[in-house]
Amino acid sequence: MAQATSPPTDREPGREPEPGRGRASAAAGADDAAGLGRVRASAFVVPALGLVGVFLVFPAIWTLYLGLTNFRLTGVAAAHPKVVGLDNYTNALGDPGFLNSLWLTLLYVLGSAVVGQSVLGFVVVWLMREAPRAVRTTVETLVMLAWILPSSVVSFLWIAMLDRDAGTLNALLHTPGTAWLISHPLLSIIVFNTWRGTAFSMLLYSAALDGVPPSQLESARLAGASGWQQLRDVVFPHIRGHLLTNLLLISLWTFNDFAPYLITAGGPNGASETLPVFVYQTAISDGRLGFGSAISLLMLLINLVLAVGYLRLLRERRP
Amino acid sequence: MTPAQWLRRLGFYLVIVLIAAFLALPVLWLVFAPFDRTPTLATSLPAWTLHNFATLADNPYALRSLGNSVLLAVGTMVLVTVLGALAAYALSRVRIPGRDGLLYALLLLSSIVTGTAAMVPIFLLIYQLNLIDSQLGVVLVLSGGLLPAAIFIMKDFMDTTPRSYEESARVFGAGPLQILRDVVVPVVRPGIATCAVWTVVNVWGNFLTPFILLRSPEKSPAAVVLYTFYTEGGQPNLGLISAFSLLYSVPVVAMYLFVNRRYGFRFHGGIKR
Repeated sequence: MAQATSPPTDREPGREPEPGRGRASAAAGADDAAGLGRVRASAFVVPALGLVGVFLVFPAIWTLYLGLTNFRLTGVAAAHPKVVGLDNYTNALGDPGFLNSLWLTLLYVLGSAVVGQSVLGFVVVWLMREAPRAVRTTVETLVMLAWILPSSVVSFLWIAMLDRDAGTLNALLHTPGTAWLISHPLLSIIVFNTWRGTAFSMLLYSAALDGVPPSQLESARLAGASGWQQLRDVVFPHIRGHLLTNLLLISLWTFNDFAPYLITAGGPNGASETLPVFVYQTAISDGRLGFGSAISLLMLLINLVLAVGYLRLLRERRP
Repeated sequence: MTPAQWLRRLGFYLVIVLIAAFLALPVLWLVFAPFDRTPTLATSLPAWTLHNFATLADNPYALRSLGNSVLLAVGTMVLVTVLGALAAYALSRVRIPGRDGLLYALLLLSSIVTGTAAMVPIFLLIYQLNLIDSQLGVVLVLSGGLLPAAIFIMKDFMDTTPRSYEESARVFGAGPLQILRDVVVPVVRPGIATCAVWTVVNVWGNFLTPFILLRSPEKSPAAVVLYTFYTEGGQPNLGLISAFSLLYSVPVVAMYLFVNRRYGFRFHGGIKR
Protein backbone atom coordinates (compact mmCIF):
# COMPACT_ATOMS: atom_id res chain seq x y z
CA MET A 1 0.00 0.00 0.00
CA ALA A 2 1.59 3.24 1.02
CA GLN A 3 5.29 3.38 1.02
CA ALA A 4 7.55 6.05 2.31
CA THR A 5 8.65 7.74 -0.80
CA SER A 6 11.12 10.16 0.60
CA PRO A 7 14.26 9.87 -1.41
CA PRO A 8 17.40 10.24 0.61
CA THR A 9 17.93 13.71 -0.75
CA ASP A 10 14.76 14.91 0.95
CA ARG A 11 14.96 17.00 3.99
CA GLU A 12 13.89 15.35 7.17
CA PRO A 13 10.56 16.36 8.62
CA GLY A 14 10.86 18.81 11.41
CA ARG A 15 14.40 19.70 10.53
CA GLU A 16 13.65 21.95 7.64
CA PRO A 17 14.79 25.52 7.92
CA GLU A 18 12.10 27.88 9.07
CA PRO A 19 12.47 30.90 6.85
CA GLY A 20 9.91 33.03 8.63
CA ARG A 21 11.22 32.39 12.05
CA GLY A 22 14.21 34.58 12.64
CA ARG A 23 12.60 37.52 10.94
CA ALA A 24 9.61 37.89 13.18
CA SER A 25 10.15 35.79 16.22
CA ALA A 26 7.64 37.75 18.28
CA ALA A 27 4.37 36.43 16.90
CA ALA A 28 3.52 32.76 17.25
CA GLY A 29 2.07 32.66 13.75
CA ALA A 30 5.04 34.30 12.11
CA ASP A 31 5.23 31.55 9.47
CA ASP A 32 1.54 31.81 8.84
CA ALA A 33 1.74 33.87 5.68
CA ALA A 34 -1.91 33.60 4.71
CA GLY A 35 -3.15 34.45 8.19
CA LEU A 36 -4.81 31.08 8.62
CA GLY A 37 -4.67 30.99 12.39
CA ARG A 38 -4.27 27.94 14.56
CA VAL A 39 -7.93 27.00 14.72
CA ARG A 40 -8.44 26.98 10.99
CA ALA A 41 -5.09 25.25 10.49
CA SER A 42 -6.18 22.49 12.85
CA ALA A 43 -9.43 22.15 10.95
CA PHE A 44 -7.35 21.60 7.82
CA VAL A 45 -5.29 18.86 9.41
CA VAL A 46 -8.00 16.98 11.30
CA PRO A 47 -9.89 15.31 8.39
CA ALA A 48 -6.70 13.80 6.98
CA LEU A 49 -5.51 12.68 10.39
CA GLY A 50 -8.93 11.25 11.18
CA LEU A 51 -8.88 9.07 8.09
CA VAL A 52 -5.31 7.96 8.77
CA GLY A 53 -6.24 7.33 12.40
CA VAL A 54 -9.20 5.10 11.65
CA PHE A 55 -7.88 3.16 8.66
CA LEU A 56 -4.16 2.98 9.37
CA VAL A 57 -3.34 3.58 13.04
CA PHE A 58 -6.33 1.85 14.58
CA PRO A 59 -5.86 -1.43 12.66
CA ALA A 60 -2.21 -1.53 13.70
CA ILE A 61 -3.10 -1.08 17.37
CA TRP A 62 -6.08 -3.40 17.19
CA THR A 63 -3.75 -6.17 16.03
CA LEU A 64 -2.21 -6.10 19.49
CA TYR A 65 -5.54 -7.14 21.01
CA LEU A 66 -6.69 -9.45 18.20
CA GLY A 67 -3.51 -11.46 18.39
CA LEU A 68 -4.38 -12.36 21.98
CA THR A 69 -7.80 -13.82 21.07
CA ASN A 70 -9.15 -16.85 19.24
CA PHE A 71 -11.15 -14.63 16.86
CA ARG A 72 -12.86 -16.36 13.94
CA LEU A 73 -15.32 -15.19 11.31
CA THR A 74 -17.80 -18.02 11.81
CA GLY A 75 -18.76 -20.43 14.57
CA VAL A 76 -18.64 -20.02 18.35
CA ALA A 77 -15.45 -18.01 18.41
CA ALA A 78 -17.06 -15.45 16.10
CA ALA A 79 -19.83 -14.55 18.53
CA HIS A 80 -17.77 -14.78 21.71
CA PRO A 81 -14.08 -14.41 21.00
CA LYS A 82 -12.04 -15.50 24.00
CA VAL A 83 -8.76 -14.07 25.14
CA VAL A 84 -6.25 -16.86 24.82
CA GLY A 85 -3.23 -14.91 25.94
CA LEU A 86 0.02 -15.60 24.23
CA ASP A 87 -1.15 -18.94 22.81
CA ASN A 88 -1.21 -17.62 19.25
CA TYR A 89 2.40 -16.51 19.55
CA THR A 90 3.65 -19.74 21.09
CA ASN A 91 1.65 -21.68 18.50
CA ALA A 92 3.15 -19.60 15.72
CA LEU A 93 6.70 -20.12 16.91
CA GLY A 94 6.07 -23.88 17.00
CA ASP A 95 4.14 -23.99 13.75
CA PRO A 96 6.16 -25.61 10.97
CA GLY A 97 4.13 -23.73 8.36
CA PHE A 98 5.00 -20.40 9.93
CA LEU A 99 8.68 -21.20 10.43
CA ASN A 100 8.94 -22.49 6.87
CA SER A 101 7.30 -19.32 5.64
CA LEU A 102 9.61 -17.10 7.70
CA TRP A 103 12.65 -18.88 6.24
CA LEU A 104 11.31 -18.62 2.69
CA THR A 105 10.64 -14.91 3.20
CA LEU A 106 14.22 -14.39 4.36
CA LEU A 107 15.53 -16.17 1.25
CA TYR A 108 13.13 -14.21 -0.93
CA VAL A 109 14.23 -10.85 0.50
CA LEU A 110 17.93 -11.74 0.39
CA GLY A 111 17.76 -13.25 -3.07
CA SER A 112 15.53 -10.81 -4.89
CA ALA A 113 16.10 -7.51 -3.09
CA VAL A 114 19.49 -7.47 -1.38
CA VAL A 115 21.24 -9.40 -4.14
CA GLY A 116 18.99 -9.33 -7.21
CA GLN A 117 17.57 -5.83 -7.48
CA SER A 118 20.47 -4.09 -5.85
CA VAL A 119 23.19 -5.74 -7.95
CA LEU A 120 21.27 -5.56 -11.22
CA GLY A 121 20.33 -1.95 -10.52
CA PHE A 122 23.95 -1.02 -9.95
CA VAL A 123 25.22 -2.95 -12.95
CA VAL A 124 22.70 -1.21 -15.18
CA VAL A 125 23.66 2.24 -13.89
CA TRP A 126 27.39 1.49 -14.16
CA LEU A 127 27.21 0.10 -17.69
CA MET A 128 24.90 2.82 -18.96
CA ARG A 129 27.45 5.54 -18.16
CA GLU A 130 29.48 4.45 -21.16
CA ALA A 131 26.64 3.36 -23.41
CA PRO A 132 25.31 5.44 -26.31
CA ARG A 133 22.23 7.49 -25.52
CA ALA A 134 19.81 5.30 -27.48
CA VAL A 135 20.93 2.13 -25.70
CA ARG A 136 20.69 3.90 -22.37
CA THR A 137 17.16 5.13 -22.99
CA THR A 138 16.02 1.71 -24.17
CA VAL A 139 17.39 -0.19 -21.20
CA GLU A 140 16.13 2.38 -18.69
CA THR A 141 12.66 2.34 -20.26
CA LEU A 142 12.56 -1.46 -20.03
CA VAL A 143 13.52 -1.35 -16.36
CA MET A 144 10.86 1.26 -15.64
CA LEU A 145 8.25 -0.66 -17.62
CA ALA A 146 8.69 -3.73 -15.44
CA TRP A 147 8.15 -1.52 -12.43
CA ILE A 148 5.07 0.42 -13.47
CA LEU A 149 2.95 -2.32 -15.06
CA PRO A 150 0.17 -3.55 -12.72
CA SER A 151 1.09 -6.63 -10.71
CA SER A 152 -1.79 -8.74 -12.08
CA VAL A 153 -0.43 -8.14 -15.57
CA VAL A 154 3.24 -8.86 -14.89
CA SER A 155 2.31 -11.95 -12.91
CA PHE A 156 0.52 -13.42 -15.88
CA LEU A 157 3.40 -12.44 -18.18
CA TRP A 158 5.71 -14.54 -16.02
CA ILE A 159 3.26 -17.43 -15.75
CA ALA A 160 3.12 -17.43 -19.55
CA MET A 161 6.88 -17.19 -19.97
CA LEU A 162 7.57 -20.01 -17.50
CA ASP A 163 4.78 -22.26 -18.75
CA ARG A 164 5.60 -25.96 -18.98
CA ASP A 165 4.35 -26.64 -22.48
CA ALA A 166 4.33 -23.39 -24.43
CA GLY A 167 6.49 -21.09 -22.33
CA THR A 168 9.06 -18.93 -24.07
CA LEU A 169 11.77 -19.84 -21.59
CA ASN A 170 11.57 -23.55 -22.36
CA ALA A 171 11.65 -22.77 -26.07
CA LEU A 172 14.78 -20.65 -25.63
CA LEU A 173 16.62 -23.06 -23.35
CA HIS A 174 15.51 -26.16 -25.28
CA THR A 175 14.13 -27.65 -22.07
CA PRO A 176 10.63 -28.70 -23.15
CA GLY A 177 8.33 -29.86 -20.38
CA THR A 178 10.15 -28.18 -17.49
CA ALA A 179 7.55 -26.78 -15.11
CA TRP A 180 9.64 -24.03 -13.55
CA LEU A 181 6.93 -22.88 -11.16
CA ILE A 182 6.66 -26.39 -9.76
CA SER A 183 10.26 -27.55 -9.77
CA HIS A 184 11.82 -24.19 -8.77
CA PRO A 185 9.01 -22.10 -7.24
CA LEU A 186 11.14 -19.99 -4.92
CA LEU A 187 13.81 -19.35 -7.53
CA SER A 188 11.07 -18.35 -9.98
CA ILE A 189 9.58 -15.70 -7.72
CA ILE A 190 13.05 -14.46 -6.78
CA VAL A 191 13.96 -13.93 -10.43
CA PHE A 192 10.54 -12.42 -11.02
CA ASN A 193 10.94 -9.90 -8.22
CA THR A 194 14.44 -9.00 -9.35
CA TRP A 195 13.01 -8.22 -12.77
CA ARG A 196 10.05 -6.39 -11.28
CA GLY A 197 11.77 -4.08 -8.79
CA THR A 198 15.20 -3.19 -10.18
CA ALA A 199 13.95 0.27 -11.16
CA PHE A 200 14.10 1.70 -7.66
CA SER A 201 17.72 0.66 -7.16
CA MET A 202 18.58 1.97 -10.61
CA LEU A 203 17.04 5.38 -9.92
CA LEU A 204 18.64 5.65 -6.52
CA TYR A 205 22.13 4.55 -7.61
CA SER A 206 21.92 6.79 -10.61
CA ALA A 207 21.25 9.76 -8.32
CA ALA A 208 24.05 8.57 -6.04
CA LEU A 209 26.62 8.29 -8.83
CA ASP A 210 25.83 11.84 -9.91
CA GLY A 211 27.21 12.88 -6.55
CA VAL A 212 30.62 11.24 -7.10
CA PRO A 213 33.06 13.99 -8.09
CA PRO A 214 34.26 13.27 -11.65
CA SER A 215 37.67 14.74 -10.79
CA GLN A 216 38.30 12.00 -8.24
CA LEU A 217 37.38 9.30 -10.76
CA GLU A 218 39.62 10.99 -13.30
CA SER A 219 42.63 11.10 -10.99
CA ALA A 220 42.08 7.48 -10.00
CA ARG A 221 42.06 6.56 -13.68
CA LEU A 222 45.22 8.56 -14.32
CA ALA A 223 46.89 6.86 -11.39
CA GLY A 224 46.16 3.58 -13.22
CA ALA A 225 43.35 2.25 -11.07
CA SER A 226 41.39 -0.55 -12.70
CA GLY A 227 37.59 -0.40 -13.03
CA TRP A 228 37.21 -2.51 -9.92
CA GLN A 229 39.65 -0.38 -7.92
CA GLN A 230 37.85 2.79 -8.95
CA LEU A 231 34.60 1.25 -7.77
CA ARG A 232 36.00 0.12 -4.46
CA ASP A 233 38.09 3.14 -3.54
CA VAL A 234 36.31 6.08 -5.14
CA VAL A 235 32.70 5.23 -5.88
CA PHE A 236 31.75 3.02 -2.97
CA PRO A 237 32.74 5.38 -0.14
CA HIS A 238 30.62 8.09 -1.75
CA ILE A 239 27.48 6.03 -2.21
CA ARG A 240 27.60 3.95 0.98
CA GLY A 241 24.71 5.92 2.51
CA HIS A 242 22.58 5.48 -0.59
CA LEU A 243 23.43 1.81 -0.66
CA LEU A 244 22.21 1.23 2.88
CA THR A 245 19.09 3.33 2.33
CA ASN A 246 18.32 1.37 -0.78
CA LEU A 247 18.85 -2.01 0.87
CA LEU A 248 16.57 -1.14 3.78
CA LEU A 249 13.77 0.21 1.60
CA ILE A 250 13.75 -2.58 -0.97
CA SER A 251 13.94 -5.16 1.82
CA LEU A 252 10.93 -3.55 3.47
CA TRP A 253 8.93 -3.56 0.25
CA THR A 254 9.95 -7.06 -0.78
CA PHE A 255 9.10 -8.36 2.66
CA ASN A 256 5.58 -6.96 2.20
CA ASP A 257 5.22 -8.05 -1.41
CA PHE A 258 2.04 -9.93 -2.22
CA ALA A 259 2.91 -10.68 -5.86
CA PRO A 260 4.15 -14.25 -5.18
CA TYR A 261 0.54 -15.11 -4.43
CA LEU A 262 -0.45 -14.08 -7.94
CA ILE A 263 2.17 -16.34 -9.51
CA THR A 264 2.41 -19.47 -7.39
CA ALA A 265 -0.24 -18.88 -4.67
CA GLY A 266 2.42 -20.16 -2.26
CA GLY A 267 2.59 -23.57 -3.85
CA PRO A 268 3.39 -26.28 -4.50
CA ASN A 269 2.90 -27.44 -0.91
CA GLY A 270 3.99 -24.15 0.60
CA ALA A 271 7.32 -24.17 -1.22
CA SER A 272 6.96 -20.47 -2.12
CA GLU A 273 4.68 -19.39 0.70
CA THR A 274 6.22 -16.13 1.87
CA LEU A 275 4.76 -14.47 4.99
CA PRO A 276 2.19 -12.26 3.24
CA VAL A 277 0.85 -15.32 1.43
CA PHE A 278 0.90 -17.35 4.65
CA VAL A 279 -1.09 -14.66 6.51
CA TYR A 280 -3.61 -14.51 3.70
CA GLN A 281 -4.05 -18.29 3.62
CA THR A 282 -4.41 -18.77 7.39
CA ALA A 283 -6.39 -15.65 8.27
CA ILE A 284 -8.56 -14.81 5.29
CA SER A 285 -8.92 -18.19 3.55
CA ASP A 286 -9.05 -20.43 6.65
CA GLY A 287 -10.67 -17.82 8.89
CA ARG A 288 -8.17 -18.14 11.77
CA LEU A 289 -8.15 -14.40 12.40
CA GLY A 290 -6.64 -14.48 15.89
CA PHE A 291 -3.68 -16.57 14.76
CA GLY A 292 -3.39 -14.45 11.61
CA SER A 293 -3.35 -11.29 13.71
CA ALA A 294 -0.51 -12.63 15.81
CA ILE A 295 1.52 -13.16 12.64
CA SER A 296 0.46 -9.74 11.31
CA LEU A 297 1.87 -8.21 14.47
CA LEU A 298 5.16 -10.03 13.97
CA MET A 299 5.26 -8.62 10.44
CA LEU A 300 4.53 -5.12 11.71
CA LEU A 301 7.40 -5.47 14.19
CA ILE A 302 9.82 -6.54 11.46
CA ASN A 303 8.63 -3.56 9.38
CA LEU A 304 9.20 -1.31 12.37
CA VAL A 305 12.79 -2.47 12.75
CA LEU A 306 13.52 -1.88 9.06
CA ALA A 307 11.76 1.52 9.01
CA VAL A 308 13.46 2.78 12.16
CA GLY A 309 16.78 1.71 10.70
CA TYR A 310 15.98 3.70 7.57
CA LEU A 311 14.98 6.82 9.49
CA ARG A 312 18.10 6.68 11.64
CA LEU A 313 20.20 6.48 8.51
CA LEU A 314 18.45 9.53 7.11
CA ARG A 315 19.20 11.45 10.26
CA GLU A 316 22.84 10.37 10.45
CA ARG A 317 23.58 11.37 6.90
CA ARG A 318 22.60 14.96 7.55
CA PRO A 319 25.54 17.21 8.21
CA MET B 1 41.59 -0.03 -31.30
CA THR B 2 43.72 -2.84 -30.03
CA PRO B 3 42.31 -6.37 -30.01
CA ALA B 4 42.02 -6.18 -26.22
CA GLN B 5 39.86 -3.09 -26.48
CA TRP B 6 37.74 -4.75 -29.15
CA LEU B 7 37.21 -7.69 -26.87
CA ARG B 8 36.27 -5.40 -24.03
CA ARG B 9 33.71 -3.57 -26.19
CA LEU B 10 32.29 -6.90 -27.30
CA GLY B 11 31.92 -8.11 -23.72
CA PHE B 12 30.36 -4.79 -22.73
CA TYR B 13 27.66 -5.05 -25.38
CA LEU B 14 27.12 -8.73 -24.75
CA VAL B 15 26.26 -8.00 -21.12
CA ILE B 16 23.95 -5.17 -22.17
CA VAL B 17 22.19 -7.40 -24.69
CA LEU B 18 21.71 -10.11 -22.06
CA ILE B 19 20.27 -7.66 -19.54
CA ALA B 20 18.00 -6.09 -22.14
CA ALA B 21 16.77 -9.54 -23.20
CA PHE B 22 16.02 -10.48 -19.59
CA LEU B 23 14.07 -7.27 -19.15
CA ALA B 24 12.23 -7.35 -22.45
CA LEU B 25 11.39 -11.03 -22.78
CA PRO B 26 8.32 -11.14 -20.50
CA VAL B 27 6.88 -7.93 -21.94
CA LEU B 28 6.99 -9.08 -25.57
CA TRP B 29 3.97 -11.30 -25.02
CA LEU B 30 1.96 -8.27 -23.89
CA VAL B 31 2.88 -6.48 -27.08
CA PHE B 32 2.20 -9.29 -29.57
CA ALA B 33 -0.41 -11.67 -28.15
CA PRO B 34 -3.31 -9.15 -28.06
CA PHE B 35 -3.07 -8.80 -31.84
CA ASP B 36 -2.62 -12.48 -32.62
CA ARG B 37 -5.41 -14.43 -34.29
CA THR B 38 -4.54 -17.56 -32.28
CA PRO B 39 -2.62 -16.39 -29.24
CA THR B 40 -0.63 -19.00 -27.32
CA LEU B 41 1.54 -18.64 -24.25
CA ALA B 42 4.60 -18.56 -26.47
CA THR B 43 5.86 -15.24 -27.73
CA SER B 44 5.69 -15.01 -31.50
CA LEU B 45 5.05 -12.47 -34.20
CA PRO B 46 1.27 -12.34 -34.56
CA ALA B 47 -1.08 -12.99 -37.44
CA TRP B 48 -2.56 -9.53 -37.08
CA THR B 49 -6.14 -9.09 -35.95
CA LEU B 50 -8.20 -6.91 -33.65
CA HIS B 51 -10.61 -9.72 -32.92
CA ASN B 52 -9.38 -10.12 -29.32
CA PHE B 53 -10.55 -6.64 -28.48
CA ALA B 54 -14.00 -7.53 -29.76
CA THR B 55 -14.01 -10.54 -27.40
CA LEU B 56 -13.09 -8.13 -24.65
CA ALA B 57 -16.04 -5.87 -25.41
CA ASP B 58 -18.39 -8.88 -25.26
CA ASN B 59 -17.19 -10.01 -21.85
CA PRO B 60 -19.62 -8.82 -19.17
CA TYR B 61 -16.95 -8.24 -16.55
CA ALA B 62 -13.93 -6.89 -18.43
CA LEU B 63 -14.93 -3.36 -19.41
CA ARG B 64 -17.01 -2.95 -16.31
CA SER B 65 -14.00 -3.75 -14.13
CA LEU B 66 -12.01 -1.02 -15.88
CA GLY B 67 -14.84 1.33 -14.95
CA ASN B 68 -14.54 0.12 -11.35
CA SER B 69 -10.80 0.75 -11.44
CA VAL B 70 -11.45 4.29 -12.62
CA LEU B 71 -14.02 4.77 -9.87
CA LEU B 72 -11.67 3.54 -7.14
CA ALA B 73 -8.70 5.48 -8.51
CA VAL B 74 -10.57 8.76 -8.94
CA GLY B 75 -12.38 8.44 -5.61
CA THR B 76 -9.16 7.80 -3.73
CA MET B 77 -7.32 10.46 -5.71
CA VAL B 78 -9.88 13.16 -4.84
CA LEU B 79 -9.94 12.21 -1.17
CA VAL B 80 -6.16 11.95 -0.86
CA THR B 81 -5.35 15.11 -2.81
CA VAL B 82 -7.93 17.36 -1.17
CA LEU B 83 -7.41 16.20 2.42
CA GLY B 84 -3.67 15.83 1.88
CA ALA B 85 -3.26 19.29 0.36
CA LEU B 86 -5.18 20.97 3.18
CA ALA B 87 -3.19 19.15 5.84
CA ALA B 88 0.12 19.72 4.04
CA TYR B 89 -0.55 23.43 3.72
CA ALA B 90 -1.47 23.86 7.35
CA LEU B 91 1.54 21.80 8.46
CA SER B 92 3.85 23.73 6.17
CA ARG B 93 2.73 27.20 7.23
CA VAL B 94 1.36 27.09 10.75
CA ARG B 95 3.29 25.98 13.82
CA ILE B 96 0.74 23.61 15.26
CA PRO B 97 2.00 22.20 18.58
CA GLY B 98 3.57 18.78 18.17
CA ARG B 99 3.94 19.17 14.43
CA ASP B 100 7.41 17.72 14.08
CA GLY B 101 6.60 14.63 16.10
CA LEU B 102 3.43 14.19 14.11
CA LEU B 103 5.26 14.30 10.80
CA TYR B 104 7.86 11.84 12.02
CA ALA B 105 5.14 9.47 13.23
CA LEU B 106 3.31 9.74 9.91
CA LEU B 107 6.42 8.90 7.95
CA LEU B 108 7.13 5.93 10.17
CA LEU B 109 3.55 4.69 10.03
CA SER B 110 3.20 4.91 6.31
CA SER B 111 6.14 2.57 5.84
CA ILE B 112 5.23 0.11 8.60
CA VAL B 113 1.49 -0.40 8.32
CA THR B 114 1.38 -1.79 4.82
CA GLY B 115 -1.71 -3.35 3.31
CA THR B 116 0.00 -6.72 3.57
CA ALA B 117 1.09 -6.58 7.18
CA ALA B 118 -2.19 -5.07 8.36
CA MET B 119 -4.37 -7.24 6.13
CA VAL B 120 -6.09 -9.04 9.00
CA PRO B 121 -7.13 -6.05 11.17
CA ILE B 122 -8.13 -4.04 8.10
CA PHE B 123 -10.30 -6.90 6.89
CA LEU B 124 -11.90 -7.21 10.34
CA LEU B 125 -12.42 -3.46 10.68
CA ILE B 126 -14.21 -3.27 7.35
CA TYR B 127 -16.19 -6.39 8.27
CA GLN B 128 -17.34 -4.79 11.54
CA LEU B 129 -18.22 -1.56 9.76
CA ASN B 130 -20.38 -3.55 7.33
CA LEU B 131 -18.34 -2.27 4.44
CA ILE B 132 -17.32 -5.64 3.01
CA ASP B 133 -18.13 -5.72 -0.72
CA SER B 134 -18.45 -1.94 -0.77
CA GLN B 135 -16.24 0.20 -2.98
CA LEU B 136 -16.41 2.94 -0.36
CA GLY B 137 -14.59 0.65 2.07
CA VAL B 138 -11.81 0.09 -0.46
CA VAL B 139 -11.50 3.84 -1.12
CA LEU B 140 -11.32 4.63 2.60
CA VAL B 141 -8.69 1.97 3.32
CA LEU B 142 -6.56 2.97 0.34
CA SER B 143 -6.84 6.67 1.23
CA GLY B 144 -5.83 6.04 4.82
CA GLY B 145 -2.77 4.17 3.59
CA LEU B 146 -1.72 6.70 0.96
CA LEU B 147 -2.40 9.94 2.84
CA PRO B 148 0.77 10.08 4.99
CA ALA B 149 3.07 9.82 1.98
CA ALA B 150 0.84 12.24 0.04
CA ILE B 151 1.05 14.82 2.81
CA PHE B 152 4.80 14.44 2.65
CA ILE B 153 5.06 14.89 -1.08
CA MET B 154 2.86 17.99 -1.02
CA LYS B 155 4.39 19.51 2.11
CA ASP B 156 7.76 19.26 0.39
CA PHE B 157 6.44 21.30 -2.53
CA MET B 158 4.81 23.83 -0.25
CA ASP B 159 7.91 24.30 1.89
CA THR B 160 9.84 25.35 -1.20
CA THR B 161 7.32 27.92 -2.42
CA PRO B 162 8.01 31.43 -1.16
CA ARG B 163 5.67 32.93 1.38
CA SER B 164 6.00 36.38 -0.14
CA TYR B 165 3.09 35.79 -2.55
CA GLU B 166 0.74 35.08 0.28
CA GLU B 167 2.08 37.98 2.30
CA SER B 168 1.57 40.47 -0.52
CA ALA B 169 -1.93 39.16 -1.18
CA ARG B 170 -2.63 39.71 2.48
CA VAL B 171 -1.35 43.24 2.31
CA PHE B 172 -3.91 43.88 -0.40
CA GLY B 173 -6.63 42.72 1.92
CA ALA B 174 -7.36 39.19 0.70
CA GLY B 175 -8.85 36.80 3.25
CA PRO B 176 -7.09 33.52 4.17
CA LEU B 177 -9.38 31.27 2.14
CA GLN B 178 -9.24 33.61 -0.82
CA ILE B 179 -5.45 33.56 -0.66
CA LEU B 180 -5.54 29.80 -0.56
CA ARG B 181 -7.76 29.53 -3.59
CA ASP B 182 -6.26 32.27 -5.76
CA VAL B 183 -2.61 32.28 -4.71
CA VAL B 184 -1.52 29.05 -3.07
CA VAL B 185 -3.32 26.47 -5.21
CA PRO B 186 -2.03 27.85 -8.54
CA VAL B 187 1.52 28.05 -7.18
CA VAL B 188 1.67 24.51 -5.80
CA ARG B 189 -0.21 22.96 -8.71
CA PRO B 190 2.78 20.81 -9.80
CA GLY B 191 2.90 19.27 -6.33
CA ILE B 192 -0.80 18.54 -6.36
CA ALA B 193 -0.55 17.05 -9.86
CA THR B 194 2.38 14.85 -8.85
CA CYS B 195 0.44 13.61 -5.87
CA ALA B 196 -2.68 12.95 -7.93
CA VAL B 197 -0.79 10.91 -10.53
CA TRP B 198 1.05 9.02 -7.81
CA THR B 199 -2.25 8.13 -6.10
CA VAL B 200 -3.91 6.99 -9.31
CA VAL B 201 -0.97 4.76 -10.26
CA ASN B 202 -0.99 3.24 -6.78
CA VAL B 203 -4.68 2.45 -6.73
CA TRP B 204 -4.77 1.33 -10.37
CA GLY B 205 -2.29 -1.45 -9.73
CA ASN B 206 -3.40 -2.39 -6.22
CA PHE B 207 -4.54 -5.99 -6.04
CA LEU B 208 -4.65 -7.05 -2.41
CA THR B 209 -7.04 -4.49 -0.89
CA PRO B 210 -9.92 -4.94 -3.36
CA PHE B 211 -9.17 -8.67 -3.47
CA ILE B 212 -9.89 -9.13 0.24
CA LEU B 213 -12.55 -6.43 0.68
CA LEU B 214 -14.78 -6.98 -2.36
CA ARG B 215 -16.83 -10.09 -3.05
CA SER B 216 -18.88 -9.57 -6.19
CA PRO B 217 -17.17 -9.56 -9.58
CA GLU B 218 -19.46 -6.71 -10.71
CA LYS B 219 -17.75 -4.40 -8.23
CA SER B 220 -14.17 -5.65 -8.62
CA PRO B 221 -11.50 -3.56 -10.33
CA ALA B 222 -9.47 -4.77 -13.30
CA ALA B 223 -6.60 -5.98 -11.10
CA VAL B 224 -8.83 -8.60 -9.47
CA VAL B 225 -10.92 -9.48 -12.53
CA LEU B 226 -7.81 -10.08 -14.63
CA TYR B 227 -6.52 -12.42 -11.94
CA THR B 228 -9.77 -14.40 -11.94
CA PHE B 229 -9.56 -14.67 -15.75
CA TYR B 230 -6.35 -16.65 -15.56
CA THR B 231 -6.95 -18.61 -12.38
CA GLU B 232 -10.52 -19.83 -12.79
CA GLY B 233 -10.65 -23.44 -13.94
CA GLY B 234 -10.56 -24.62 -17.51
CA GLN B 235 -8.68 -23.38 -20.51
CA PRO B 236 -7.81 -19.70 -20.03
CA ASN B 237 -9.02 -17.50 -22.87
CA LEU B 238 -5.68 -16.08 -23.97
CA GLY B 239 -7.15 -13.69 -26.51
CA LEU B 240 -9.28 -12.13 -23.81
CA ILE B 241 -6.50 -12.09 -21.20
CA SER B 242 -3.92 -10.53 -23.49
CA ALA B 243 -6.21 -7.82 -24.88
CA PHE B 244 -7.48 -7.02 -21.40
CA SER B 245 -3.95 -6.88 -19.94
CA LEU B 246 -2.89 -4.45 -22.61
CA LEU B 247 -5.91 -2.18 -22.23
CA TYR B 248 -5.49 -2.21 -18.46
CA SER B 249 -1.76 -1.37 -18.72
CA VAL B 250 -2.07 1.51 -21.18
CA PRO B 251 -3.18 4.18 -18.67
CA VAL B 252 -0.23 3.68 -16.29
CA VAL B 253 2.25 3.61 -19.14
CA ALA B 254 0.69 6.79 -20.53
CA MET B 255 0.87 8.49 -17.15
CA TYR B 256 4.50 7.44 -16.75
CA LEU B 257 5.39 8.88 -20.14
CA PHE B 258 3.53 12.08 -19.30
CA VAL B 259 5.29 12.55 -15.96
CA ASN B 260 8.62 11.57 -17.45
CA ARG B 261 8.33 14.13 -20.22
CA ARG B 262 6.93 16.86 -18.02
CA TYR B 263 9.07 16.57 -14.93
CA GLY B 264 11.69 13.94 -15.72
CA PHE B 265 11.54 10.74 -13.75
CA ARG B 266 14.25 11.50 -11.25
CA PHE B 267 14.31 11.43 -7.52
CA HIS B 268 12.81 14.76 -6.72
CA GLY B 269 9.09 14.32 -7.10
CA GLY B 270 9.19 11.05 -5.22
CA ILE B 271 6.82 9.04 -7.37
CA LYS B 272 6.61 5.42 -6.46
CA ARG B 273 3.96 2.76 -6.89
